Amino acid sequence: MDVLVLSGRGQEFANRVSLESGQPVQQCYQCGKCTAGCPAASSMDYAPHQVLHLVQLGLEEEVLSCRAIWVCASCYTCTARCPCRIEVARIMDILRARARRKGLHRGQRAALFADLFLDSVRRHGRLHELELGARWGLRTGQPWREADLAAGLVARRKLRLRPPRIRGVEEVRRIFREAARLEEGEHG
Amino acid sequence: MRRIGVFCCWCGSNIGGVIDVPRLAMEALNLPAVAFSTDYKYMCSEPGQELIVRAVAEHRLDGVVVAACSPRIHEATFRQTLERAGLNPYLLVMANVREHCTWVHPDDPERAFAKALALVRGAAAKAARTEPLAAGTLPVTRRALVIGGGIAGIQAALDIADAGFEVLLVEREPTIGGKMVLLDKTFPTLDCSACISTPKMVAVAQHPRIRLFTYAEVVGLKGFLGNFEVTIRQKARSVDHGKCTGCGACWAKCPARVPNEYNLGLDRRKAIYVPFPQAVPNKPVIDRRHCRQFTRGRCGVCQKVCPVGAIDYAEEDREWQERVGAVVVATGFDLFEWAEAYGEYGYGRYPDVITGLQFERLANAAGPTGGKIVRPSDGAVPRTVVFVQCVGSRDEAKGREYCSRVCCMYTAKHAWQVLEKIPEAEVFVFYIDVRTAGKAYEEFYVRARRAGAHYIRGRVARIYPEGNRLRVVGTDTLLGRPVEVLADLVVLATGMVPAAGSGELARILGCGLDKDGFFQEAHPKLRPVEAGTAGIFLAGTCQGPKDIPDTVAQGSAAAAKVVGLLVREEIAYEPTVAMVDQTRCTGCGKCRAVCPFKAIELVTRQVRAGTAVAERVVAEVNPGLCAGCGNCTVACPSGVIDLKGFTNEQLLAEVDALCL
Amino acid sequence: MVRYAYYPGCVAEGSGREYEMANRAVAARLGLELVEIEDWNCCGATPGHNTGHLLGLALPARNLALTSDMGLDVVAPCAACYNRLVTAQREIACDPELQVLMGRLLGRDYRGDRRVLSMPEAVAAVGAERMKALTVRPLEGLTVACYYGCLLVRPPAVIRGDDPEDPRLLDDLLRGVGATTVDWAHKTECCGAAQALPHEEVVLCRVRRILEAAVTSRADCIATACPLCHANLDQRQARVNRRFGTDYRMPVLYFTQLLGLAFGLNPGELGLGLHFVPTAELVRKIA
Repeated sequence: MDVLVLSGRGQEFANRVSLESGQPVQQCYQCGKCTAGCPAASSMDYAPHQVLHLVQLGLEEEVLSCRAIWVCASCYTCTARCPCRIEVARIMDILRARARRKGLHRGQRAALFADLFLDSVRRHGRLHELELGARWGLRTGQPWREADLAAGLVARRKLRLRPPRIRGVEEVRRIFREAARLEEGEHG
Repeated sequence: MRRIGVFCCWCGSNIGGVIDVPRLAMEALNLPAVAFSTDYKYMCSEPGQELIVRAVAEHRLDGVVVAACSPRIHEATFRQTLERAGLNPYLLVMANVREHCTWVHPDDPERAFAKALALVRGAAAKAARTEPLAAGTLPVTRRALVIGGGIAGIQAALDIADAGFEVLLVEREPTIGGKMVLLDKTFPTLDCSACISTPKMVAVAQHPRIRLFTYAEVVGLKGFLGNFEVTIRQKARSVDHGKCTGCGACWAKCPARVPNEYNLGLDRRKAIYVPFPQAVPNKPVIDRRHCRQFTRGRCGVCQKVCPVGAIDYAEEDREWQERVGAVVVATGFDLFEWAEAYGEYGYGRYPDVITGLQFERLANAAGPTGGKIVRPSDGAVPRTVVFVQCVGSRDEAKGREYCSRVCCMYTAKHAWQVLEKIPEAEVFVFYIDVRTAGKAYEEFYVRARRAGAHYIRGRVARIYPEGNRLRVVGTDTLLGRPVEVLADLVVLATGMVPAAGSGELARILGCGLDKDGFFQEAHPKLRPVEAGTAGIFLAGTCQGPKDIPDTVAQGSAAAAKVVGLLVREEIAYEPTVAMVDQTRCTGCGKCRAVCPFKAIELVTRQVRAGTAVAERVVAEVNPGLCAGCGNCTVACPSGVIDLKGFTNEQLLAEVDALCL
Repeated sequence: MVRYAYYPGCVAEGSGREYEMANRAVAARLGLELVEIEDWNCCGATPGHNTGHLLGLALPARNLALTSDMGLDVVAPCAACYNRLVTAQREIACDPELQVLMGRLLGRDYRGDRRVLSMPEAVAAVGAERMKALTVRPLEGLTVACYYGCLLVRPPAVIRGDDPEDPRLLDDLLRGVGATTVDWAHKTECCGAAQALPHEEVVLCRVRRILEAAVTSRADCIATACPLCHANLDQRQARVNRRFGTDYRMPVLYFTQLLGLAFGLNPGELGLGLHFVPTAELVRKIA
């Protein structure tokens, strides 16, 4: 455990996260109620209240490369319970977006899942579950891991074999394009 | 032709660091009616004030402008200076060139100067139209009213009465004692609470100058500082306390069973009851909401068994109108209704999740379990007890942002009590910060830790039943891990909120409440025991959460203020009050409607109407109540009310000087 | 006939097929006409807002914009879709700048109008009396643990529906058709949601707790209104047993399947043969 030098980091990172999320990050007094109710906390490297503390201290590298923000299940329990009315789940969203912009999402399974999910949506306008499952299996090098479930779904005709198609798929692709451009323009 | 003196203060660098004060003084000399002008580094200092006194004499000044800080800071100071100089103190006008000028425009000295000069110009124009005002006096009723018979009210009442003045002490419950008498032991001394408070309660009952009204409330207050008229309504007790000997035959036989609020719902009492053994007065009352004689029309058992015939079902509520000179509000607190807000802790449905005050009653030998700490659900002795701090405190999401101040201490006390009474018990305290800001408080908390209480830093997210135990889901933020405890008993340290009915009482008294519903003090730092309304004082938790030492201190402080008032036979009032030209008033009453201080009444007067004298209904300002806000002067459609010291002519001259 | 614009969601024809079947069948019985929004797109669910704020709003917003000619309130049976649609509607409605951005992103005008209901809300709107009248086979003797999950009730500032600490809507609906529902503490304890593939251990741990609590509360089955919760609780129940050495055999039904049974619909048309954890025994118990 290295000694952490707190001074000299400035308020910029905390301010930027506060601004982007619209949440008063500095107000958090680390009561830990978010952590106590978090379904994914036991799998996290930093507990949710610690993630906020990292932001407060300006420890940008640490917080954006942590595992916690990717294990988060977006269940909003933290937001619902925070006594300071901080929307913790929203801050998690912002941290994920910032991590992506810095390329720190690579290697994170949840980021890969989101990418494959959204790829499918961009391609068809709707999610093609089979495609998501198959690509997931290939990309994670564990194609047989979900095989039993997949087989069960196929047997029950609960896995559409052909991809969905919508007429407005170009509109959906436009959303992806424009959203990316706008985010790029705003946050660089 | 007026001769105004303008005195410009540097206020060190506050003003002098932004604008050229000597130049300001020089330019002021060119203003109409200004006969003298100068500057000085610290006008409020002794030499500064001397400067004014000498200038008034030397230059025969008949009005003074001080260009300096806000009048809120030094208006009183300079008024006294004028008095020493032989001038009427109301011939002073202050131009605020600090808070209103240099403090807000430190980066723009040129425009700041122009603004300062404009402010001085306006002030000089007003000063040229000032006239001497004389403070009037009012008589004082030398009696005090104390509302609330908890330890704050008791202390205040005893101090005032000991100083020689009569006190009316009004208490809503059938007994005095408040919350303190419900406590088991008090931190940090672990004194038995009833043992230290009941002597004071008895002293109140026996004091020749205290008139005690229990089971009573203040339902009306009229009047003003030194001259209040209060209406007290006492609920019918249905028991003649003059005849009753307190023998107890009645409550022994009463068939009704009512949840006992004095044991916080942990057991039941009768409909005819004495709240607890040390109650003052120690005679029963009938709770008519639950008495079968009143709810069903038949019973009458208590009347049958009473050996002295003290039961009187026909007794009616009584009202008194009394005159007092000062009022002390000491209405205390209630606990935050956690069961309505904390679904994550079960909405109060789990019997083994209790509040700190319920714990006090369990621990108390006179309580529902004879002092044994047991689980309400099955009476079993708990082995693992969890204390949860900050329930309804420091919780913006539940509408209570503030810290309730005493909970860290009483939880440490409870933790220690569990460890003392239950060998082999496991105690966990979930806290966020431990606040021990009183004398011997930190040592007391250390004692609880040494006794073995585990202090876990983190809030509890959920409490839910598992089997016949409770699972407490929390965090240890210091370890950075979610944690859980399987508990037998959970005690919630619930926050302090203003006592029920505070809003209504504030309305009756004309007092303000703060954002959390506590009575608003006149100044949070320097006037903590005075309400905004003159003659009304505050003591204890009604003003904000605090412990017993601070409550007692405030009780005595409020008493000192009251005694300081009552010791005089008459008091002066500020002459900057509104005045009605009754010869031209039409009696429309619009002024009365907008007066926040209830200072205007419509009265019948003989007034000059042209060449004759007629009897008319006109408005009249009570100078004792008038606070000089000016609402009435604006509302009057005929323009016949003027505010002394801020007359229409003065203000218009000031505006003209600024704008034209 | 009450008409709604219907947003089926991406898994309606796939892993959530039995929910879709039950919803359609029950809606018909209740007199709800579900008019599918033409050419609807994926709402983005969790990956959407996890990746980008604007993306997360625009994907659901397109669907709401598509309903502008329909003049109908929207029903979204999947809890995640419901949550995203409501969130988009609320955020866009109170932010004029966002409305401008949406115009650019969607190539359509959308200003945050349109009321969105969850499936339980749409069913409840029919009224208790009608539900009772339609009940031909009351679910007497059936004990249900109603599992709401997260996105039907949180975040409370946005969803503003049931109490997130003690919701009652599903309980009321099922009790209205004769079932007994349990007062259990895991109504809104997250199942792990979309972490099933990326971080399965989170899901398995959470699902285990929920199943254990349902068993302890002596429920015959769990009722849910979210296809993702259903997938985690039903499809992965065997994996939970393997991982923890447990032997859970807790049927997990969609609430509309239970309502359908009470209305006398046959199990086949309600998709009750499509579950991983067998439901046949439970259905026999009711019949």
